[in-house]
Amino acid sequence: MSNGVLHWFRYASPQSFYPLAGRLLPWFALLAALSGAAGLWIAFFVAPTDAQQGESYRIIFVHVPVSWMSMFLYLVMAGWAGLGLAFNTRLSAMMAHAIAPTGAMFAFLSLWTGALWGRPTWGAYWVWDARLTSELVLFFLYLGYMALHAAIDEPRRGDRAAAVLALVGAINVPIIYFSVQWWNTLHQGASVSLTRAPSMAATMLAGMLIMAFAFWMYSIAAALARVRAIMLEREAHMQWTQELQETAS
Amino acid sequence: MRRRSEPLFTLGFFVVVASLFPLGLGPEPELLRRIAPGVLWVAALLASMLALGRLFGADYEDGTLEQLALAPAPLVLAVGAKIVAHWLVSGLPLVLVSPLLALQYGLPGDVIAHLMLSLLIGTPVLSLIGAIAAALTIGVRGAGVLVALLALPLYVPTLVFGAGAVDARLAGLSAAPNLALLGACLALAVLFAPLATAAAIRISLE
Repeated sequence: MSNGVLHWFRYASPQSFYPLAGRLLPWFALLAALSGAAGLWIAFFVAPTDAQQGESYRIIFVHVPVSWMSMFLYLVMAGWAGLGLAFNTRLSAMMAHAIAPTGAMFAFLSLWTGALWGRPTWGAYWVWDARLTSELVLFFLYLGYMALHAAIDEPRRGDRAAAVLALVGAINVPIIYFSVQWWNTLHQGASVSLTRAPSMAATMLAGMLIMAFAFWMYSIAAALARVRAIMLEREAHMQWTQELQETAS
Repeated sequence: MRRRSEPLFTLGFFVVVASLFPLGLGPEPELLRRIAPGVLWVAALLASMLALGRLFGADYEDGTLEQLALAPAPLVLAVGAKIVAHWLVSGLPLVLVSPLLALQYGLPGDVIAHLMLSLLIGTPVLSLIGAIAAALTIGVRGAGVLVALLALPLYVPTLVFGAGAVDARLAGLSAAPNLALLGACLALAVLFAPLATAAAIRISLE
């Protein structure tokens, strides 16, 4: 048992995680590229044309997975931030810091693709609807997290302050979501729900799930690449970084 | 608070911002009455946000905050007391002066009462949530703008429920659901915000 515990914590130090992340990175990137290609192929060539919305609905294959990922990544980021705060591990805070830009990008993409989809179907790029507004607030939360981290010179203090903000934000996300939902709603109900049968063709659902998988793999690959850069930057003075091949020059 | 006039700045800002909207939108009474709940709430929110810089800034610079953190009494209590004091000088005056502005916007009497009630429940939430943002940005360059970026998204539910309560009353509906939700926000904020603020202060003082 004690061996198992030791084994887990081995990768909690940047020194041993750095090569592991480097080995895993290409595989996640490859999975992201393959499943992304498969998902887009289903999206453009296999999925049937929608009876009401015509071809314009096809953006759903990007829009919905991107929105899922933006919300999910915030929770993942807050989780890493909480771990870093509780156990004072360097790597957890670095992971939270590495995930934030990807999450912000997904939140922005969700708003952007939503606007492109809203124009032909609702007749407007933007409406003050509950989901749009809460996605916008989520985007602001990401920006606030990154801005706070960037404003504090000392990285360790920045990690901990941003972690508190991420946790406060995570408590607030559901409250914001419901407050805005009661305020106004025009957006269609959730297209995919666990409690009832999906209201769409099976191929469409498959395409969306494959795209979600692709974005998930992309997020992991991007976070790993970024966390490697953060590790090198912060630990540049340590011996292990100076012994690496890529810094040898 | 270092100057007696400081609470007046917040109050003055609130009054001036609320007075600018009719100048920008035109004086039609019907329009003004309809936008009054939202405008007054947003003005109160911005005024209370502007006051956040004073919450810990001066105490951090002269070392009082460090002494508070080292004191035998729990930091959470000291933080709670500071937030209450901050609300008394920056939140309560807004509540007291709001009927005057509501009259300018032509709101009827019972709606004004609900506006005061919603501000009375809502402005402490703003102070509590704002304290977290203020504590996180202690000693950071450009803290003023950063506080706005951190606090405003977290203010959204308070604004929605607060302005919603007044709006509902204006439309002849019951304001009770929104006020109850606002009260729930207050209960949650009283429970968590001092803890988060104290943790943020300890991080900032490291």
